[in-house]
Amino acid sequence: MTEKKKLRVATTSLAGCFGCHMSFLDIDERLFTLLEHIDFDRSPLTDIKTVTPGTDIGIIEGGLCNAENVHVLREFRQNCRILIAMGACAINGGLPAQRNSLSLPAIFDEVYQAGFGLANALIPNDPELPLVLDQVHPIHEVVKIDYFIPGCPPSGDAIWKFLTDLLAGREPELGHGLMHYD
Amino acid sequence: MSQTFTLDGKTIAFEPGQTILQAADAAGVFIPHLCYHPEFKPHGSCKLCTVKVNGRQTASCTMRAMPGMAVESDTEEINAERRALTQMLFVEGNHYCPSCEKSGNCQLQATAYHLGMMSTHYDHFFPNRAVDASHPEVLLDFNRCILCSLCVRASRDVDGKNVFALSGRGIDTHLIVNASSGRLGDTDFTLADKAAEVCPVGVILKKRQGFAVPIGERTYDKAPIGATTAGEAC
Repeated sequence: MTEKKKLRVATTSLAGCFGCHMSFLDIDERLFTLLEHIDFDRSPLTDIKTVTPGTDIGIIEGGLCNAENVHVLREFRQNCRILIAMGACAINGGLPAQRNSLSLPAIFDEVYQAGFGLANALIPNDPELPLVLDQVHPIHEVVKIDYFIPGCPPSGDAIWKFLTDLLAGREPELGHGLMHYD
Repeated sequence: MSQTFTLDGKTIAFEPGQTILQAADAAGVFIPHLCYHPEFKPHGSCKLCTVKVNGRQTASCTMRAMPGMAVESDTEEINAERRALTQMLFVEGNHYCPSCEKSGNCQLQATAYHLGMMSTHYDHFFPNRAVDASHPEVLLDFNRCILCSLCVRASRDVDGKNVFALSGRGIDTHLIVNASSGRLGDTDFTLADKAAEVCPVGVILKKRQGFAVPIGERTYDKAPIGATTAGEAC
């Protein structure tokens, strides 16, 4: 009997707080069970920098607040068979999107120039810095997303339920208690 | 002797004059709704309670029950349309559940859970709406208004004050406060008003009470919406 091929999984955090990744780690020792079925590709957990073409599952935390976020999201979509939006920010912009009613100049002025206690007030403009988008957007507005795991963050149990459903070939279903937008 | 119709194949008894939603509620069958409230005249605007009567769609909160009607409600087709309507409500406002005091007690959120809404699907409008903190006891956060008009009806029909109104047309419809300044603090609105307690979402919020009930103990943490007993549909 041949050993079942492991699925390749990539993860990233865009305009998020890494809270969803922390929650992912909250599956605790179940991570070992998960690792019997998957290998991690690009992820903060591996420090691999690019997504391998043909990766099975991409998990995205966070929305889009700058040009680099869009670039990384497109790289994931290009190389992943299934793309999952994990958490409130990826799904509706979340907390970062609460800046959307403010203009960028007003925000830069408040944060870097007029804010309290700033020395040598200067708006960062190094060419290596990604350009900031005028509004924060959910990722489904830019690429096709196959699945969504709501929550801020989704609980470890919700992530576990979702991934085990998916790995077992079932349509993932959270149900009452695991389905949360907060 | 009461008359009957069928709802998803189940026989429902009704009294003449009852709407389909009222009869279903009395029988303990949940039909999703947001702008309907048992104490007020139906508004028929949110369309979440849409059902198929003899194959034709109609709002069950305004349609009188008639003998022999064949009503479909909990079907994949109708629930998909309800889910789409709910997603539109989410993207037209600014609904950030993690920072909303109403989270866990919000009918919009609970209805979205009930319908299995995993994403907002559509492009977000991200409207720019100011909050009104002028009243000493109540905060108005218009970002979450779904235009159900329950506060309008409560203030007008129960409180006799006409504090709220819907202004504008179509996509420009918005909730306003009936004062020359447009501010709640310049009206005779009080916490004792019926209008202070009917908001199904997080627009009308009592100040200094936010997040008093911990996660896990809020209304819809304990049981999903619709899991209530007969006569408690709201």
